[in-house]
Amino acid sequence: MTRFSFWELARKALNAHQDWGDQWRKPEPKPAYDVIIIGAGGHGLATAYYLAKEHGVTNVAVLEKGWLGGGNTGRNTTIVRSNYLWEESEALYDHAMDLWQDLSQELNYNVMYSARGVMMLAHTVHDIQVFKRHVHANRLAGVQNEWLSAEEAKAFCPPLNIGKNIRYPVLGAALQRKGGVARHDAVAWGYARGADQYGVDIIQNCAVTGIRRNADGSVAGVETSRGFIGAKKVGVVAAGHTSTVMDMAGVRMPLESNPLQALVSEPVKPCFPCVVMSNTVHAYVSQSDKGELVIGAGTDQYVSYSQTGGLQITTHTVDAICELFPMFRRMRMLRNWGGIVDVTPDRSPIIGKTPVPGLFVNCGWGTGGFKATPGSGHVFAHTIARDDPHPINAPFTLDRFRTGRLIDEAAAAAVAH
Amino acid sequence: MLLIQCPYCAVERPELEFRYGGEAHIARPESPSELTDEQWADFLYMRSNPKGVMAERWRHVHGCGRFFNALRDTVSDRFLAVYKAGEPRPDIEAPEPTAPNKETGR
Repeated sequence: MTRFSFWELARKALNAHQDWGDQWRKPEPKPAYDVIIIGAGGHGLATAYYLAKEHGVTNVAVLEKGWLGGGNTGRNTTIVRSNYLWEESEALYDHAMDLWQDLSQELNYNVMYSARGVMMLAHTVHDIQVFKRHVHANRLAGVQNEWLSAEEAKAFCPPLNIGKNIRYPVLGAALQRKGGVARHDAVAWGYARGADQYGVDIIQNCAVTGIRRNADGSVAGVETSRGFIGAKKVGVVAAGHTSTVMDMAGVRMPLESNPLQALVSEPVKPCFPCVVMSNTVHAYVSQSDKGELVIGAGTDQYVSYSQTGGLQITTHTVDAICELFPMFRRMRMLRNWGGIVDVTPDRSPIIGKTPVPGLFVNCGWGTGGFKATPGSGHVFAHTIARDDPHPINAPFTLDRFRTGRLIDEAAAAAVAH
Repeated sequence: MLLIQCPYCAVERPELEFRYGGEAHIARPESPSELTDEQWADFLYMRSNPKGVMAERWRHVHGCGRFFNALRDTVSDRFLAVYKAGEPRPDIEAPEPTAPNKETGR
């Protein structure tokens, strides 16, 4: 595999960039693997990468029913931040934040992580109280987060309208300067390339249709559209389809799958310096390096696997953005789409073991899983390799719904649901 | 946006008039104090979340205000039946998949 470098770029330029080659193989599935990961999105590929790199488990296959990174990894709004409320979540998301810092160097693949700042707007007295509580909790835990007045918010993001004459005037904001955006596709591709270099088989167009069990109940392998593949351990990282996959092993999940929509505008010159989100009026916007505004809309209220949602949801978001950023009022939107997100009752993920021996699950990231991709894969790989959770994901068990030790992050999730 | 038939008002109305009520036919326990933690977790949190036909509750909040149940295909978002609260779930299989209209889901 070619290592990307300036020298390599210059050398390939002499040949008009014709011989870069494939970045990962297209292997046929082997009869059996040590570990099978179901789902080649960012989290699944990161899991395979860290399994191989940190734990020496290289006899791994990642099965994907479509193409890698074609689900929610390719559909999200690429925001990275870690300003969650509870200690468990702060540890988890800040672990990911630490890995984001030098992920491009680690993978030798430019994931275009840009720490341009994530600003969350407060519009009501209640918002101010909640965000200040988050700021204080974060700072106690060593997580970067700070409070800005409306004027300071305007100075940080000049297009912001802080006039008093709008329906929900801006009263202040919480800012995480380390937060920002990364290129979602590059994250999937970088991890895929990295995992492939360690010998991990990434098998696309291979849908899992069943989970075969041994007489003692443990996992024997998976039935797929390309035949049976044996495995000692299976990790399910299937996002919106987790309930469907886990149902094959007879495990009921505390999940509901909802459509979450996003849209992009026509590309324009750089005009928007940071990420701004507002839970109260539901605006959620940043500008991609291509120049498009990337806008996150809300979830539809009903369970659906349709990868589409109601137009009233996007209209609502665009209304809010036009009021907060009047300069965008005449901008045209190019595309909108939906992804299917698996939402847990406490808005925190489930990463760990299941009642079935050898079966592991990483799901429930709801509307905000992209930001956690490196950390999620890192701790999930540890859990699978050691058969024991990493201290960071130990609280995020499936069993917490029985014990009642929920990690309620409904207020930290930027998408109201 | 979905168009939803309210079985009480017997009219089809836009989704904006309705509030979703989650999975239907989850009965409140008869004797809550006798439930184990597993049974509580199952009642409170575990959901079937099916890809296919789903029985779900809707409430006509901006109409008659009443709860009713519906069968909907969660792949196409197409409604298969609506029925009043307390009535049994109709025995309907998912229809052959056809491309739904993205705007109405019908």
